[in-house]
Amino acid sequence: MQQILFYILALLAIAFSIATITSRNAMYSVLSLVATFFALAGFYLMLNAEFVAFVHIIVYAGAIMVLFLFVVMMLNLNQSPVNIPRPLLARLAAVVAGGIFGLTLVAALSQTILPTSAESTALAEVGSVRTLGKMLFNEFLLPFELTSVLFIATMVGVVVLTKKEE
Amino acid sequence: MISVITFKLILVSLLFLVTLGIAAYSTYFERKIAAFLQDRIGPNRAGPFGLLQPIADGVKMIFKEEHRPAGSNRLLFILGPSLAMATALMTSAAIPWGTHIEIGGHSYAFQVADINVGVLYVFAIVSLGVYGILIGGWSSNNKYSLLGAIRASSQMISYELAMGLSIIPIILYTGSLQMSDIVEGQHQVWNVFRYPLGFLIFLICAFAETNRTPFDLPECETELVGGYHTEYTSMKLGFFLFSEYVNMFVSSAMIATLFFGGYHFPGLSSLEHLPNLAAFLGFGVLFAKILFFIFFFMWIRWTIPRFRYDQLMRLGWQVLMPTSIVLIVIYGAIFSFL
Repeated sequence: MQQILFYILALLAIAFSIATITSRNAMYSVLSLVATFFALAGFYLMLNAEFVAFVHIIVYAGAIMVLFLFVVMMLNLNQSPVNIPRPLLARLAAVVAGGIFGLTLVAALSQTILPTSAESTALAEVGSVRTLGKMLFNEFLLPFELTSVLFIATMVGVVVLTKKEE
Repeated sequence: MISVITFKLILVSLLFLVTLGIAAYSTYFERKIAAFLQDRIGPNRAGPFGLLQPIADGVKMIFKEEHRPAGSNRLLFILGPSLAMATALMTSAAIPWGTHIEIGGHSYAFQVADINVGVLYVFAIVSLGVYGILIGGWSSNNKYSLLGAIRASSQMISYELAMGLSIIPIILYTGSLQMSDIVEGQHQVWNVFRYPLGFLIFLICAFAETNRTPFDLPECETELVGGYHTEYTSMKLGFFLFSEYVNMFVSSAMIATLFFGGYHFPGLSSLEHLPNLAAFLGFGVLFAKILFFIFFFMWIRWTIPRFRYDQLMRLGWQVLMPTSIVLIVIYGAIFSFL
């Protein structure tokens, strides 16, 4: 049951990611990316991380992607499919970069010890809000606070950038 | 296991029918209440007191001619209203409708899914509600639809923040994100008496999230013809209009659950030896609360005029959000030091 679900979600995630980068219509790209996020949220749910799954949907699908859609609509990209010129050098660079990235992934995979099913059921509580909160405010307090400072700095930066010169 | 799944399936289909029924009759009561407030009679032709009006409307919607504007995107044009309806119907899964029901010695929770982050589930689905409007408005290939869709999306994103922040004191008090725990936490005192200001903010945001007057700028007919559903006809239009009523029902259910004790009523604990009676009485009480809030939604609609768009944004970002942040600080201090 779990395995079937995993393969369905994995298939959806891969299919929609490919649709995101190959689609000529910006609107379809954005919507495929939203669908990809849903598949990822499904993985989090399967790992008992309900909190992460729903926050993922709220933040990415609910807020950030809506802003993306917003921009696509405002620019009204639907009439002309985007045609980006692709010089030979850029193509070569893309192939090399992709190859290196693939190599890294393969190397990382060969080093990874995959958890057995017995271990993953023992972690049933790992994704609950309680566990997550205790982890954040005990073990990872400093990184957590630093991240909040970063967020505040970003917010102030945005306000400063958008404020009109009087 | 099988019996639990059967029970849940029955509950889901029952909820589906009840939600659609309530939404259909909300359209009738909206017109009756509007008529009452404006000293008119309202619909009274179809059936006794016009009670068959929703059915007549539904049949009319289905048999109207389908029309798709030239230059519109076929797939997205259909996806828009479908998404609006689907997201509207999904939210009610996390709401506890009553205490436990006992059938043949087994005890079943009167709730479809008691997710351990139930509140977040509801907010996640609510935040997806904007996609239906946005996609529908954009794919119509009409400037008024697009403007309506853009208004809807910015309005919903703005008010979601204040809405989410306004219930954090409740979560702090309950110590849980589970809907059933939040209801149980109101065993003695309803949350509305503990957080009157938080309730007010939540209520205002609920109006904005459902695009109801005074926040119905996405479909503001004096400026935008019909807003995001200008180009829609037939049952696709029906889906958009209907999803608004479903959203209203679900929002009322959320208000009743989070702030008005959900299924709690005085004397619930004395019915412990009759769990089924307690569950159904609780269900009835919760429904009475929900119906009151649906009435309240309509009452406001026919009383208060629409905001201007800049007023709407100022209210959301400069009044509601700072107030709810201050409330979090105050209640946080109360809970940790008192």
